[in-house]
Amino acid sequence: MCTTCGCEGNENKIIMTVFGEKTETIEPEHHHHEHSHDHPHEHPHNHSHHIDLEIDILSQNNLLAERNRGYFEAKNIFAINMMSSPGSGKTTLLERTIKDLKDKMQLYIIEGDQQTFNDAERIGNAGAPVIQVNTGNGCHLDADMINKAVKKLNIKEHSLVFIENVGNLVCPSLFDLGEAKRVVVMSVTEGEDKPVKYPTMFEKADICIINKIDLLPYLTYDLEAAKNYALCVNHHLKFIEISATTGKGMQKWYDLLSESSES
Amino acid sequence: MHEMSIVVSIIDIAENEAKKAHAEKISELELDIGTVSGIELNALNFAFESVKPQTMLKNAEIKINIIYAKSKCEDCSFEYKTDNVYNLCPKCNSYRTHIIQGKEMKVKSISVD
Repeated sequence: MCTTCGCEGNENKIIMTVFGEKTETIEPEHHHHEHSHDHPHEHPHNHSHHIDLEIDILSQNNLLAERNRGYFEAKNIFAINMMSSPGSGKTTLLERTIKDLKDKMQLYIIEGDQQTFNDAERIGNAGAPVIQVNTGNGCHLDADMINKAVKKLNIKEHSLVFIENVGNLVCPSLFDLGEAKRVVVMSVTEGEDKPVKYPTMFEKADICIINKIDLLPYLTYDLEAAKNYALCVNHHLKFIEISATTGKGMQKWYDLLSESSES
Repeated sequence: MHEMSIVVSIIDIAENEAKKAHAEKISELELDIGTVSGIELNALNFAFESVKPQTMLKNAEIKINIIYAKSKCEDCSFEYKTDNVYNLCPKCNSYRTHIIQGKEMKVKSISVD
């Protein structure tokens, strides 16, 4: 039943595959639940006692995320965590970004999905080094997966790393990966009120990309209403309106990437 | 359902600390969970029930202190209770507000035997 550590026999293994190399399965590491002992402990404690802890539940993830962040900073690697609901166009956006920027910048992609190697294939064919992380039953990437993926991908200095998180507007928002910026992608084929339905995701994002704007003439989507909803949740949010299919608005995205990676 | 990985993190923290104290069992676990922390309490309880039997928390009582959210307006400095991360300041109607309490996700204490 346990989706992360695979207790009770249902092992959930994380599978990592670098495009063009062989697949590797990562066994869950944090499996040290207590089992019963036949022998007594050296210092038996028969009385109950209270221990104050005050430990952040995500402290282990956050610690690893800070290690990733330190590594990225030291190597001048700009890491972006891309999050959205499934089908908003993250992979198409990355394919286009790779095709347009690969001659100017060194790009790497970490692809998160529960299953399949499909996205890594699309990205690999677009021309960037990519590793696919299959989370199995897991609904988000975590800092440990990124730590391992970064090592396997052998990321070079002065580069941009895009982490395409599992398509999900809820769970990925809680897990710091060590990124420099968080980008949330929403598309005009979704409801305008996505930001208030899934506020945590929008609250923690730095940039909101609104994709598929080429479809606006055929839809009743109210772009200003969507932005207002997002601003209610996070008034620091910056917007970029694009169509990853036609290329409209992409220059603003590229300007932001080149400014960020230089600073 | 990220609550499952949250529960696994909680159990790791609790077992680790219990072992440091040379304990064999955890009889009580106390958590602080904010109402805008992104944790769904029903899902958290469900996840606990599925994982607990294989751990030192087998018979533990899980105590959850719910921390109610508060926002502060950046324009007029008014502080007020809220249910959401998106809210207008009830005093001046500004949306330039931010959460000052209610995002807590902490293992507060354990009792061990």
